[in-house]
Amino acid sequence: MPGPAVSVRGLVKRYGATTAVDGIDLEVPAASVLALLGPNGAGKTTTVEICSGLTAADAGEVRVLGRAPSSEAVRARIGAMPQGGGAYPGVKAGEMLHLVASCSANPLDPDWLLDVLGLREHARTTYKRLSGGEQQRLALACAIVGRPELVFLDEPTAGMDPQARHLVWQLVTSLRRDGVAVLLTTHLMEEAEALADDVVIIDHGRVVAHGSPAQLTAGDQQELRFRARPGMDLDHLDTRLPVGYATSETLPGRYLVQGRIDPAALSAITSWCADQGVMADDVQVARRSLEDVFLDLTGRELR
Amino acid sequence: MSTPPPTFTEGTFAPNPARGPLLGMLRAQAGIETRLALRNGEQVLLTLLIPVVLLFGLSLIPLLPVPPSQVAQPRVGSVLPSILALAVMSSAFTSQAIALGFDRRYGVLRRLAATALPRWLLVTGRLVAVLAVVVIQVVLLCVVAALIGWRPSEMAGGANLLGAAVSVLLGAAAFGALGILLGGTLRAEIVLALANVIWFVLLLAGGIVIPLSMLPGPIAVVAQFLPSGALAEALRATMVEGAAPGTGPVLVLVGWAVVAGLVAARTVRWR
Repeated sequence: MPGPAVSVRGLVKRYGATTAVDGIDLEVPAASVLALLGPNGAGKTTTVEICSGLTAADAGEVRVLGRAPSSEAVRARIGAMPQGGGAYPGVKAGEMLHLVASCSANPLDPDWLLDVLGLREHARTTYKRLSGGEQQRLALACAIVGRPELVFLDEPTAGMDPQARHLVWQLVTSLRRDGVAVLLTTHLMEEAEALADDVVIIDHGRVVAHGSPAQLTAGDQQELRFRARPGMDLDHLDTRLPVGYATSETLPGRYLVQGRIDPAALSAITSWCADQGVMADDVQVARRSLEDVFLDLTGRELR
Repeated sequence: MSTPPPTFTEGTFAPNPARGPLLGMLRAQAGIETRLALRNGEQVLLTLLIPVVLLFGLSLIPLLPVPPSQVAQPRVGSVLPSILALAVMSSAFTSQAIALGFDRRYGVLRRLAATALPRWLLVTGRLVAVLAVVVIQVVLLCVVAALIGWRPSEMAGGANLLGAAVSVLLGAAAFGALGILLGGTLRAEIVLALANVIWFVLLLAGGIVIPLSMLPGPIAVVAQFLPSGALAEALRATMVEGAAPGTGPVLVLVGWAVVAGLVAARTVRWR
């Protein structure tokens, strides 16, 4: 069993008085996908730039494929998609991909890659004339053209339309299947849920939660929301529900029950409403999403 | 995209990483940077068109004073060294600084720093591309000069072409290091403005079109320590007098190359 592709312990990075990364730990096992999830400014990009050797850490230990991240031996084995891509402004898309391919001994066929990423008709378009989404796709092509065993993707689907995003998801899934480890950042919940084996949620440079999407949105952490008359006495409801349920009035007249929402729990809630002589309206049962997890942990919306 | 996304057969992305051959990387990077320099209209204007036009103009129209020792020669013989110095300054310094400034803006250094391309090769590739452009400039300007009457063998001492080639190389090193220093540290717009202003000032007052001996005293004193003055004087000494480039100009060019190179190595930002 090979060691982890990426291992980060106590990573700290400061820019002047600002601490961008404040003691992050994470580990990307070989051939798995880890999503670094958080709002803008959470420290995702800084973390990925340090791991891909573009920025030096101020403190902490970072091992990439068992070595220091900036070593040339490591850079020959990884592929990186820096945020916003990067190319000569006047270079043609095809030329840029061929240049990056020439840095590897056994690259994928650049023309094939342009084709599958929908860039064939833009192969002779200069970089500065590509749309944001096209630049993103070129950057992704540059990241994977060298057949790396570890790929860093910083906001890989930012600025892409849904079809392109779906294509990128397919690509990441195929990379993982073929044994490539992927560390990606995103602020899209559905992206993390769809792609990642592990999710690390960061905010203000710290890890606020980590686990698989299933663990983070664990099955018994369901919730039920309904509307009814404001100010009802929830203590009475609590006595009717088994231990392990949480009830709250999130806004006047809006109620939230968190816990395992089974028929017995639903029955207890509706009979309590009947006792109060109110009609529960707009009843919704939902599995917690990563979005809810993030909101619970930070008290803020992700976007 | 109207077609459905492709499905990737298993093993398509099976890892097989290894660094490419160094020579191949160098060829690819230097090749692209040379092509970009020759494709960019503003850079071509600066590096090829203006020098050729000035070579013609200053050779055919008696605008500039000619040193007394050379009045018997065709004007092009005394104009060509000035224009070669201008050409080297245009490509190695101004054009390269501007290109580097915008390359940084568009993130290409970060992009390439994330590949297996070693950092030293990244710099080498840029320098090779600059040299390629300089070679093209020198060949073009010498051919044009020959067409309008330049005969190196008929110069006073027979032109020292090897010495001239060494001078061009030293000039490219000095201006190249300065160009990397300027383009690698400041914002693209500021680089654009500064590189052009410096080009213009050095062209007129830096000893390029007006030889040091014809510049007003205080300006001449300063200009002999500038890379422009040193390169132009070295080229005049070798191409017109058939002499060696001269210790002074060589030391000045080497000095600028070393100092600017060392400062650049410490301060150039990769983004």
